[in-house]
Amino acid sequence: MKHTITLNVNGQKYTVDVEPQEKLLDVLRDKLDITSPKKGCEMGECGACTVIMNGKAVNSCLVLAVESQDAVITTVEALHADGKLHPLQQAFIDAGAVQCGFCTPGMIMSAKALLDTNPTPTEMEIKEAIAGNFCRCTGYKPIVDAIQSAAAVMKKEGA
Amino acid sequence: MSGTKVVGASVTRTDALEKVTGAAKYTDDVKFGPGMLYAKLLRSPHPHAKIVKIDTSKAEALPGVRAVATGQEFNSYIGLYLLDRTLYAFDKVRYVGEPVAGVAADTEDIAEEACKLIEVEYEELPAVFDPEYALDPQAPIIHEKLGEYEYAPFIFPQAGTNISNYFKVRKGDPENAFKECACVIEEEFYVPHLQHTPLEPHVAVAKYDHSGFCTLWTSSQSPFAQRNLLAKALKMPYNKLRVIVPYLGGGFGCKAGVSIEACVIPLAMKASPRPVKLRMTREEEFFCTFVRQGLKAKVKIGVNDEGKILAMENTYYWDAGAYTEYGVNITRASGYSSTGPYNVPNVKADAYCCYTNHPVGGPMRGFGMPEIHWAIEQVIDIICRKTGMDPVAFRAKNALQGGDITVTGGVMHDTGLQKCILKAAEDLGWDKPKHEAKPGKRVGRGIAAMWKAPAMPPDASSGAILKFNEDATVNLLVSGMELGQGTHTVMAQIAAEVLGIAYETVRVHTPDTDYSPYEWQTVASRLTWSMGNAVKMAAEDARTQILKLASDHWDCAPDNLDIIDGYVIHKGDPSKTQSLKHMVIYGLTNKDGLLKGGPIIGRGNFIPPDVSALDKETGQGPKSVVHFTTGAQAVEIEVDEETGVIDIKKVASCYDVGKAINPMNVVCQTIGGIYMGLSTGLFEQLQLRKGNPANNSLADYITATVMDMPEEIFPSFVEVPQVDGPFGARGVGEHTMVPTAPALANAVYDALGVRIKSMPVTAEKILCELKVQRLESQTV
Repeated sequence: MKHTITLNVNGQKYTVDVEPQEKLLDVLRDKLDITSPKKGCEMGECGACTVIMNGKAVNSCLVLAVESQDAVITTVEALHADGKLHPLQQAFIDAGAVQCGFCTPGMIMSAKALLDTNPTPTEMEIKEAIAGNFCRCTGYKPIVDAIQSAAAVMKKEGA
Repeated sequence: MSGTKVVGASVTRTDALEKVTGAAKYTDDVKFGPGMLYAKLLRSPHPHAKIVKIDTSKAEALPGVRAVATGQEFNSYIGLYLLDRTLYAFDKVRYVGEPVAGVAADTEDIAEEACKLIEVEYEELPAVFDPEYALDPQAPIIHEKLGEYEYAPFIFPQAGTNISNYFKVRKGDPENAFKECACVIEEEFYVPHLQHTPLEPHVAVAKYDHSGFCTLWTSSQSPFAQRNLLAKALKMPYNKLRVIVPYLGGGFGCKAGVSIEACVIPLAMKASPRPVKLRMTREEEFFCTFVRQGLKAKVKIGVNDEGKILAMENTYYWDAGAYTEYGVNITRASGYSSTGPYNVPNVKADAYCCYTNHPVGGPMRGFGMPEIHWAIEQVIDIICRKTGMDPVAFRAKNALQGGDITVTGGVMHDTGLQKCILKAAEDLGWDKPKHEAKPGKRVGRGIAAMWKAPAMPPDASSGAILKFNEDATVNLLVSGMELGQGTHTVMAQIAAEVLGIAYETVRVHTPDTDYSPYEWQTVASRLTWSMGNAVKMAAEDARTQILKLASDHWDCAPDNLDIIDGYVIHKGDPSKTQSLKHMVIYGLTNKDGLLKGGPIIGRGNFIPPDVSALDKETGQGPKSVVHFTTGAQAVEIEVDEETGVIDIKKVASCYDVGKAINPMNVVCQTIGGIYMGLSTGLFEQLQLRKGNPANNSLADYITATVMDMPEEIFPSFVEVPQVDGPFGARGVGEHTMVPTAPALANAVYDALGVRIKSMPVTAEKILCELKVQRLESQTV
């Protein structure tokens, strides 16, 4: 039986018909053409599908679409909406934290969820925040560096 | 190379903006509309069995099923070096997971349901799970028709056996040399199967239209090899098969050659003209695409009392799995690199590519080198421990230098290997006292050196087309894949350097075989060198055309002209400057009033100039490979005596890259290689139980995480120019993981006195060895 849900993605309201077993990731990718959340495992193990849902980083492959009724969802597409890069995006570029790029959107969303609630994280808090995001290219170090430097920039800009 | 502007600069990656904004498109992101079908494969549950009967009638009758394909129809042979497999299994299955049938249906669920309705009758056969046993005359034969298969001239299949390639080296007189040695060590090592686990699983979409034209969108490292192998197998004219590859979400080798594409095109042919998508689940990815093949290595090294290596006798048994897309060439590479990066006058080496009933062995970052160095570098460590020689000094002393004779009898080119060994040791603090371990822990240090050549056929070539636009921006067409290593940025830098323009104005494209020039494959860390040479030629070609145009316009010799920051300038006359804009399309008017020129299109092509064949019996020849990238890595660890858990404290590495076109990119590759080397050295192992994968999920297949990375990393490089490389460059992408695991194992020995000869170095193995050590000391 189809359900009709309404959700807010990147500041826009969408109403879509979904199957009961359909995942938020598939709705975003197939029905809304928002393809930055990636399919890496479909089992919540790799973090490539991470989006921010109601302020929290979630694996969108583990969220049933019907659970996202009235949810506010942010993907990496929204961070560049006004043509200016988010400090995290700029820091990822500058620190060499991007290689194949498949983990990058999810990684940035996990980092954003962290910095939104904890603007001055310790290195260990950063590592914990991205522990569910798999990366095979970078060796993680540049990613941790990028998140640290983005936090510093955001702190400065906010001050 | 001095005086370069953008070559040698750590400029920002050209693809970074697309990737941080979500704009970058990968194969699975491409949309094909509501007509698209979804494919699923029925796979063999048996490691080795005869297919007695296949009945697909129930599957075909299921509503929503649009096509079913099996080996009864699609049984043409395919293979890169040895045509040993069919598109779908035909008379036999040879590994668990082998595609037996495929279904294309309106939804994935229907396709999966239909697969369950296909009835296959098997007759199970005895199987082979050990590469050494594969050579036993009693072992079941996996490919009865090996002697009839088509194969490349540089591999040597042994008909009537399970050996798909046998490469041997006979150099000097090892038998007598060992007699002269003061110390001879012989040990056996084991490397398990791994899976590359790129974050993006394999995905391919094929569309076959009513005119017989086929388009394949695929997550591949090898668009032209795809076209070559698939068009040949399907008897299609090459210009009727178009392969398009968007960005790749990592590959590390498992997306080289042909894997799932062989199954999706037959379905698209039967469901024509609807596009058909085949996407691997993560579970399938682990054993149904390519794996890193296993290795059993027997290494014997002898040194004289001055610490000079006199002889080696190495035997490598590769567990190549059921088919050998790349295994035969990995075996060959392990032969011509069999000594590691050392000057060894007397060598006997035997490398066997063994068929087993395991998943198909493919290339993985390092192409056999992490595996053989795991053995060689530990035996060297054992020799150093036994004779009291310093592992750094010993390696530096025996390191190959320019002019030395390599294992295959060729002359080694200039190399910074010795410097790399010393630099890695120095950065680690090799000569400084170790820090004091916390209670219950021990500190250890280890080092390993390496070499690796691009392993490829002698005709692996590269093409480049460089097109100017009206505003003097450039579209650079190449077909080397950007899979994360940063090749697009490096190519933009090379083109910009030659053309005197900003690298940001060069847009490098992902390939479409209909429009992009030929590139053999994105493997072997060969792009910087090979594709870089083609791009440099294309840029030089365009530059020559531009300068000719301007020299005619000004009526002067082209030698007086240069291009700086997008302007043609006259070196002797500052009043003469001409923007590249406009002229690169619309030309310039001559003194006599005639318009000359037209769209500037640069063309470059490159083929390795001087690689020679090697003698079948001795493996000797003037030049086995194009070059070797060398390097070393040192590791400092702290290991817990009670739990065996290793804490990586410090890693220092140094590679001879010839010329770092983009130093930051080199550093990023190095850190990534250290990660992958540590991950494979500490954790990774695809567990196969009678051919069945036991840990094919990211939860069960353990990899290093952010928490496992070393506290300190010192990545460095030296630049001994590669004379035939673009600006002196040679590749370094894969090399960076080669010495990590043996350096780690050597550090564990240094800390605890236990030797782990079977990769990975797990806490369990350490504890086990410690127990043995304690029992032995009690007995004494």
